[in-house]
Amino acid sequence: MAASLRPGDPAVTPALVAEHGLTGEEFDRLVAMLGRAPTFTELGIVSALWNEHCSYKHSRPVLRTLPTRAPWVLQGPGENAGVIAVGDGLAVAFKIESHNHPSAVEPYQGAATGVGGILRDVFTMGARPVALLNSLRFGSLDSARVRYLFAGCVKGIGDYGNCVGIPTVGGEIMFDAAYEGNPLVNAMCVGVMKVEELITAKAEGVGNPIIAVGARTGRDGIHGASFASEDLSHESDAKRPRVQVGDPFTEKLLLEASLELIASGHIVAIQDMGAAGLTSSSAEMAARGDVGVTIDTMKMPLREEGMTPYEILLSESQERMLVVAKRGHEAGVKAILAKWDLSAEVIGEVIAEPVYRVTEGDRVVAEFPGSRLVTDCPQYHPEGREGDDARARRESDVNLTPERPEERDPMWTLRALLAAPTIASKRWAYRQYDSTVRASTVAGPGGDAAVVRLPGSERSIALATDCNGRYVYLNPRVGGRIAVAEAARNVACAGARPMAITNCLNFGNPKRPEIFFQFREAVAGVGEACTALATPVTGGNVSLYNESPRGAVYPTPTIGMVGLVDKPEHVTGSRFTTPGDAIVLLGENTAELGGSEYLATLHGVVAGEPPACDVAGERRLVDALLAAIAAGAIASAHDCSEGGLAVAIAESCMMDRDQPLGADIDLSPWEALPRRALLFGEAQGRIVVSTPDPAAVLAIAAAHGVPARPVGTVGTAHAPLRVRIGGAGWESPMARLAAAWHDSIPTIMSAGALPPASPA
Amino acid sequence: MRIGIVTFPGSNCDDDTVAAVARVGATPVKLWHKDHDLRDVDLVILPGGFSYGDYLRAGAIARFSPIMREVAEHARRGGRVLGICNGFQIACEAGLLPGVLLRNDSLQFRSEMVRLRVENTGTMCTGLYEAGQLVRYPIAHGDGRYTADAGTVERLEGDGLVVFRYVDAAGEATAGASPNGAMHNIAGIVNADGNVLGMMPHPERALDDALGSSDGLALFESLVARVAA
Repeated sequence: MAASLRPGDPAVTPALVAEHGLTGEEFDRLVAMLGRAPTFTELGIVSALWNEHCSYKHSRPVLRTLPTRAPWVLQGPGENAGVIAVGDGLAVAFKIESHNHPSAVEPYQGAATGVGGILRDVFTMGARPVALLNSLRFGSLDSARVRYLFAGCVKGIGDYGNCVGIPTVGGEIMFDAAYEGNPLVNAMCVGVMKVEELITAKAEGVGNPIIAVGARTGRDGIHGASFASEDLSHESDAKRPRVQVGDPFTEKLLLEASLELIASGHIVAIQDMGAAGLTSSSAEMAARGDVGVTIDTMKMPLREEGMTPYEILLSESQERMLVVAKRGHEAGVKAILAKWDLSAEVIGEVIAEPVYRVTEGDRVVAEFPGSRLVTDCPQYHPEGREGDDARARRESDVNLTPERPEERDPMWTLRALLAAPTIASKRWAYRQYDSTVRASTVAGPGGDAAVVRLPGSERSIALATDCNGRYVYLNPRVGGRIAVAEAARNVACAGARPMAITNCLNFGNPKRPEIFFQFREAVAGVGEACTALATPVTGGNVSLYNESPRGAVYPTPTIGMVGLVDKPEHVTGSRFTTPGDAIVLLGENTAELGGSEYLATLHGVVAGEPPACDVAGERRLVDALLAAIAAGAIASAHDCSEGGLAVAIAESCMMDRDQPLGADIDLSPWEALPRRALLFGEAQGRIVVSTPDPAAVLAIAAAHGVPARPVGTVGTAHAPLRVRIGGAGWESPMARLAAAWHDSIPTIMSAGALPPASPA
Repeated sequence: MRIGIVTFPGSNCDDDTVAAVARVGATPVKLWHKDHDLRDVDLVILPGGFSYGDYLRAGAIARFSPIMREVAEHARRGGRVLGICNGFQIACEAGLLPGVLLRNDSLQFRSEMVRLRVENTGTMCTGLYEAGQLVRYPIAHGDGRYTADAGTVERLEGDGLVVFRYVDAAGEATAGASPNGAMHNIAGIVNADGNVLGMMPHPERALDDALGSSDGLALFESLVARVAA
């Protein structure tokens, strides 16, 4: 059978081909594969599957270099989510995915459906979602448009997760002008299952029915995946109809129904109809199982009349799943869906003939040979070359940046940094997220990492997302390493052994050599750190074309890290707990200042070599900290990141505004370092701990080859922060530091304006 | 004793509530919203969540669900009903409790630990608390601003039917202590007959100091003590 022209469908002209984003070469490839010209429906299918979002055509060869194996990895890249074993017969499924472009034009629905999609990726593996995280990047909050995007994304994330009843427990948010026209919205979901409940999305068994379950199909989101694979422009707002609309209530029903389906034994495979909808889910399931499929679009449950096969195949209506059931179990599947008031219709079957076929009743509207639809996608090896701007910035000497007069008082600088939106408390956002539903959240948003209990086990998981795009821009390889290393430090600070990562690689247009250079180098850096830290990559998502008329975003390979806490007493918080405890710095201070938040916030400078990242040293640091925690010697642990040592110490003092503790800090051993680099530089591999037993901590650090030195003492409630370096000393009332950090974002968001540049 | 927990399609605190009931030694019985059978339970809990999506008004559709006919009948016979969060909203919509829960005054969802003062220790939920005791429970809601006409609020206050009130660290019911703008900082009320109690905060999420608070344990222990009596 060959596909025939469908009355009413447009003719496939070169202009139409171009409109579908196919290059001439790709079109020739398609014609060669078919042995004839494609129909309109076939063109639509190929355009959906061969865009970057679905095909990874520019990224796959680079991604293959990442480490993906470890004894505890049960499912690596290529499935809906990665899965690791965590002991006690339990497994954790997790994945991070972007929803950047939809969120740029419709922040509420864009972010909400991002959460919905990542939830489905996890529960299709058979896991019950137990936690959500979000990694967000926006432009400067002094823009009204950015405040609208920020508020809309936060509300969308909250409304969706809150309704489904999965706690949003963490993540991070950074602000930089580089993300002004193209915010990043990366959502991560983590689920838990028994190891034997793992199910994959591989179509099998000739004669088995293919069933569409969940919400009905409408015209929303058609070409969403293609939209995500082009640069944003002034015309992008006109593509708002390509943004899907979410319904978290239906998602909740679909979640329960899907887990019940998987447990019932009625089905052999299940996959989310996500990006590129029915097309992508059916073609990928067929390709994984190496079988043929046939689908009749007239059997698809629709919510609108008169939809064409083209529209039905490409719709990205939300809250839908594609299921391959065992033959004869159709009634069982329908009964489960009916219990949850959802539809289930047989729309096709697995066939022996090696074709991917779509019919409209009896008429064949698309037919591709074997799994070549997926496997024949072209792969590109673009040229990569460092951009001139990045090199010039990296090579400039940031130590020549003159200090502002106010900086003579480092406490002024500290308050300015604490109020910088990237560093300031994000409670304004996360208090809108239900972080305690499921009654398992040991540590919610606001600390180094979130901690969630595993059911029926004394273990818990620690979760963090991280990436400083500024570092990656200035030096992609180093920035890639740091993203992983910081995520590892964060879960270690919570008391967890880093286990594995998922990544969301947000970059610009890969056809530009400087962008592909960033991509290739950053992925290499991520791989180096993952190897050193024994945290394999279990999957993730590539988001390219993150560009607006202002240019590309900072290259942002967001890392989602899962760590494992063995015992309840190992769970460690970020804030100081006990007056009189010693404060010890693990790691070494340096003169590095490049790429720092200090330079960006105080001086508007994004330049310099980002801090060096010794991945072997990071491993030793994590090992030392975990050994000290296991020995019961650690009261709190907080890693040094944006804002450096001074910010880390101040945060540990006043993170809990109601019960702040002071601190007396003496940094005289580093008197020879430039003061601003010592206080605010972002040298890697450093963790500030508080301990009742500094001798034990120093001994454990020494045994691991990690530099460590006492830097001060935790003060009493509401005492000031005092810092001494050699003969010089400064202090600030804790309430002023707390006000700078806690009030900054609420003030900006309620007044609609930036706080004064000089904090009072 | 048997405590029923209703699962509406969008309930998402039902499992947490089941665990809380089991924790204090009672037998949790899951009740399905499409059923008409309360299965001989001694007490019904309407748990938190988004019963039917709550796109209309929280709880407005749930009151028409099949199981709610039986729950209302159970309450009319003097049977005990506890509504938590969405369950409180449903109880109000179903007329089992006076007043209504409106959108938070911040117009934002609020998820945080709050301080409450136990105002009435004579109820089925508070027998094991001290009068005026301060407790900490998490809240997580977008529509928690308790509102009623002046006469109703006066009656609630006069008859001691306010059970929990949002307070600050000093135990004072200041405006700033309320996370949602509720009238008189009302966080929970009981009906005049004492058999239907509704509250916005989540005691089932406050059973363990490692999760932030164990103050909710006494609430479930009170329930069991009263049902057993």
